[in-house]
Amino acid sequence: MEGLKVSDAKLVVYMHPSKANKASQAILRELSSLLFKFNETFDGVVLAYDVNIHSKTTKILPGIHPYFGVRLQAKLLLFNPKPGMLLEGEVVKLGQQSIHVIVLGFASAIITEEDIREEFKYKLKHDEEVFTSTSHKRHKIKVGTVLRFVAKSFDEEILHISGSLLPAHTGSARWLDKNKGDWSCADRSSKKRKESEEMRQLDNVSVDEATSLMNTDHRRKKSKIHNVDS
Amino acid sequence: MGVELATENAGFSEMEDVIFSDTELVCHVRNALRSATMGHYDGYNQLVGVLHHTEYLTPDEVALLVTSLKALSGAVSCIDSGHHESLLSAIFGMSMWNYGPDVMDALVELIVKLAASSGQYTDSCLDMLVSNFTPPRSFVEFLKKPRRKGQVLYHVHSALQGIANLLPLAPLRLEDAIVHKMPNVYSKEPLIVLYVENMLRLESSAMGAVVGGMMLKAVVDMAIELDVKIEWEDILQDDPKGIFEMELEDEETVDNTQQEGDELRIRESSRGKSFWGSEIAEKLDSLLVLMFEHLKKCNDAGRLIEVFEPLLQSFQTTVMMVYKLKFSQFVMFYACSLDPENCGMRFTNTLADIFMHRASPPNRRMSAVAYLASYLSRAKFLSLSFVAEILKRLVGWCLKYCETWDGDINPTAHKVFYSGCQAIMYVLCFRMRSLMDIPCLKSLLLHMPIEAIFNHPLNPLKVCLPSIVEEFLRQAKAARLFTTVSEQTFLFNNNMVESELSRAFGGSEKLDMFFPFDPCLLKNSDGFIRPNFVYWSMARTSYDDDEEGCSNEDVEDFGGSGENIAAWSSEEHDHHFDDDELDKMSITPKNSFLNSYMFGGDLCGSALRMPSRIRPSSSPESSWCTN
Repeated sequence: MEGLKVSDAKLVVYMHPSKANKASQAILRELSSLLFKFNETFDGVVLAYDVNIHSKTTKILPGIHPYFGVRLQAKLLLFNPKPGMLLEGEVVKLGQQSIHVIVLGFASAIITEEDIREEFKYKLKHDEEVFTSTSHKRHKIKVGTVLRFVAKSFDEEILHISGSLLPAHTGSARWLDKNKGDWSCADRSSKKRKESEEMRQLDNVSVDEATSLMNTDHRRKKSKIHNVDS
Repeated sequence: MGVELATENAGFSEMEDVIFSDTELVCHVRNALRSATMGHYDGYNQLVGVLHHTEYLTPDEVALLVTSLKALSGAVSCIDSGHHESLLSAIFGMSMWNYGPDVMDALVELIVKLAASSGQYTDSCLDMLVSNFTPPRSFVEFLKKPRRKGQVLYHVHSALQGIANLLPLAPLRLEDAIVHKMPNVYSKEPLIVLYVENMLRLESSAMGAVVGGMMLKAVVDMAIELDVKIEWEDILQDDPKGIFEMELEDEETVDNTQQEGDELRIRESSRGKSFWGSEIAEKLDSLLVLMFEHLKKCNDAGRLIEVFEPLLQSFQTTVMMVYKLKFSQFVMFYACSLDPENCGMRFTNTLADIFMHRASPPNRRMSAVAYLASYLSRAKFLSLSFVAEILKRLVGWCLKYCETWDGDINPTAHKVFYSGCQAIMYVLCFRMRSLMDIPCLKSLLLHMPIEAIFNHPLNPLKVCLPSIVEEFLRQAKAARLFTTVSEQTFLFNNNMVESELSRAFGGSEKLDMFFPFDPCLLKNSDGFIRPNFVYWSMARTSYDDDEEGCSNEDVEDFGGSGENIAAWSSEEHDHHFDDDELDKMSITPKNSFLNSYMFGGDLCGSALRMPSRIRPSSSPESSWCTN
């Protein structure tokens, strides 16, 4: 899954003097307040931190309340899905018009009807809603499936992802990993078709930006597809 | 679902019986939305028009509304915030209180889908649901349909849960929305009660793990806000009997189905300002009752401890430091009464720790020990051995303080110490007799170095509140607690409540006269507190004659005695409602007792000593009991 990175950060945490005798507790508290929020400075949603406090001395700020600043080094696990990145999440709700997924347990994602490729057909079987692939009968998407999809956009405030199942290498992660041969062939042949289409549409203004981005990424990342961890 | 649209709006050319499939309906709506983005508003306006229909809907109109909402649910991806503003505002302006369950179902589906479709609508959807906690405009309509409330709340909360299932971080945003939209203290009582009911319902729900703490804190904060606005004059007037008669009347005449407006006018004209004050008291009463019922439910579900932690935190940060509070602190009392072993002990230990913590500000420590003293004296559910243990800790602390500090009386410098001593005396006024009745606790008490503390040059007996000192010494003499301290040394003016010295150590907040768990005067809340509360009239003093000779016989050994004593006093309490028993029991007339502990103490000047026993039947408490 893409979109995750670990960053090394040098931070200074400023604390109120009343916290002087429980500094580490206050530092952890301060860092915890960053969790699950998008941070522009770090360029991502902070998911976890590992902190190392080096200095035993700190600088006291002049002022009415003499805050003191503790320097520390922290490893931060950041999440920032950019358009085109391949993400994975669990399907929590399925409908004819949309599939709702939860990524990493906290971010919500939606894949609307328009972004589900023709291959998948919606069916209601024995009160269970399923998207089944018409070309591969075993490829099913239902509630509880781990879904691999491509990110289209990311709302940094609500941490909501808009996704797409148009590319061939998206779908049920389990099925994709088991049947690597099947869809990568399909991918190569559809890729050729797409390339020729693209040539025709170069002059057409209404080409979806995201789709073209995905296609270019396809070509660049083709070699990486087999290394994607599920 | 195929729907038969029997009648339609002007936009359609003919009236026909047509059956459309779901997909067709969704398509129709999508086309309407897409056309609107390109400037063709016919279909779109029709749709918006349907949503604005709220009153007196015919069954056909209801069906049309349901269909439209369901079709919209399928077309949320086509809704654009720029072009479809009026549609969105119509959706977010809808109130479930206006409709039946069918429309509610469809609306819930739409809102959940809309919230999950894009980040830009999440907050508005949550706001809309929070607005639906209470009915729009006037209450009269809602009161006519009592079932509606249950239906609406069910749907609103299932919508919130639905959104939380799809957007895990939504509860955090919900928390903020709820706290911001809380009704203020001037809102009508049913509105406040309903909103708080919603908040407490959320606390018990699956989302409670995330939002529960904040909900409880917000409710307690509202209780505090109401509490500080109550003036004592509004509850206690010159003729105490009069108030409770008036209250009884209120109960009879205030009928939920009556027109609220008329009632208000009548009451307002006769009572003016004091009515407004007691209106606030009523609101607080209802709020506290809601909290008590919620705590009881939590206890029955086995999750009281979870709920207790945020309450305790809230207590330490806000409740404890507001000295003007009259009844909000009873939330803690009730919670402890439900689970004395865990919550009760946790509360006691927290208070004791704050008192003994040197780095805390002095007023905070004094407040903590005042709470502790009042709690240990009034809580019927605490075992005597536990009370003795805490007393021992307090005495130990005071002794250590004496040993550390030299010098004479200095009320301001040693105010924390004096408040500690006063606490010990206060608890012993209530509990001395019971402790002395149990042999091992008696020996524990006799071994406590209390005498050493009182003989110290710091002289707490002279500085602490005279009425308490007097009562304490009287009991100590009868129980032969001391050998060297004699009552004669301290001659107080019988009517003195405060002395100059006690006022000095109490300071501007009057912490020398701070007894937070004095009887609860709010009628409905008191019903919850009463069974677990020790009234002064119920406490046996060491100079009491043993009329019934029960204590020694009932007391067995140390292990069971705590419960026995509690059982005995609660038995006595159960007879409270018998008329002839009332004469035997010492019922404290409210004036003399409460006034001596009122903040300011200048309200009713009479009989201010630690109350003595008799004066039954004409006292307000008896009329209260016979409700």
